[in-house]
Amino acid sequence: MKTKSQIFIRGLLDVLPLLIPVFPFGVIYGVIGMELGLGPYLTFASSFVIFGGSSQLVFAQLLTAGASPLVVISSVAVINARHLLYGAVLSEYLNKLSIFWKLILSYFMTDQAFATSSKFLKSNQETGISHYHLLGSGFTLWFIWQASTLLGIFLGAIVPEQLGLTFAVPLTFLSLIVSDLKKIDHLMVVLSSGLVATFFYNVPLKSYVLLAAFVGMSVAYFFTLRIIKENK
Amino acid sequence: MTWITLIIAGIITFLLRFSMIALIKENSLSEKTKIVLSYVPSAVFPAIIFPAIFLDNSGLLDLENNPKILASIIAIIAGFMSKNIIATIFAGLASYWFLIFVYY
Repeated sequence: MKTKSQIFIRGLLDVLPLLIPVFPFGVIYGVIGMELGLGPYLTFASSFVIFGGSSQLVFAQLLTAGASPLVVISSVAVINARHLLYGAVLSEYLNKLSIFWKLILSYFMTDQAFATSSKFLKSNQETGISHYHLLGSGFTLWFIWQASTLLGIFLGAIVPEQLGLTFAVPLTFLSLIVSDLKKIDHLMVVLSSGLVATFFYNVPLKSYVLLAAFVGMSVAYFFTLRIIKENK
Repeated sequence: MTWITLIIAGIITFLLRFSMIALIKENSLSEKTKIVLSYVPSAVFPAIIFPAIFLDNSGLLDLENNPKILASIIAIIAGFMSKNIIATIFAGLASYWFLIFVYY
């Protein structure tokens, strides 16, 4: 029988391999926040308040480009919509917990914590304390994310502008979807969204992100219907 | 205003994380919803990627002698070979720096 703290430590250790890319990503975010002109306070606060790497990058990019608050907020929401999926999968294992636990664990929910802890929760459900694993993985990632953002903010203040580090923004997003580019359905979604964003870049309020996301998701919906049809 | 925008964006992100855990008792999203959600990164990220590569500072198409295009292609190849996020970013940055500081 394992204790709560042992399970917490197990979660902490299990998520460590997944943090190898998270730390430099946090540093890059801090540097980019400074390069884009978001300032140290907003850059750090976004890691604390939003706590979601790619959505923070979009937040920084759109806000400093002069997008309207509504466009910024909806773009962040679209990117973070995938958390609905994680919540739905985990709800089965967490539904007996108090509202206090649900609030805490929701805040710490990330792609990596989900990937690490959903398996553990599934196979250790009957213990009643398996959620300490999710707390361990989630908190560890949170801590690393805050620390790496801070480091990036300090680096960003001294990195010369000539390096053109804002190019790291598209590169970062590219690196997050590059493995999907080999699949024809994902490639079509990527191309339709990217071309719409490029050719409608000058629409008012920087709403090209939402417009491109809408077109991309429509193409994705078409492929989804095809996948469901094939599976029947 | 920027701070209010940040706080609302944070609250919405939190609600997206919290809603399913709080509201439903078991995994009840339909298969269709799950598949559609899996496409979100491919549908949203290109909206940031493409303009940042293909447009110049004034928002006009910039296809000739644009070091960002070649650097991005090198990043994609590095991504295919390494399957590593950080290697992809640094391959792109390194080739971009080579192009702007050495080649051009």
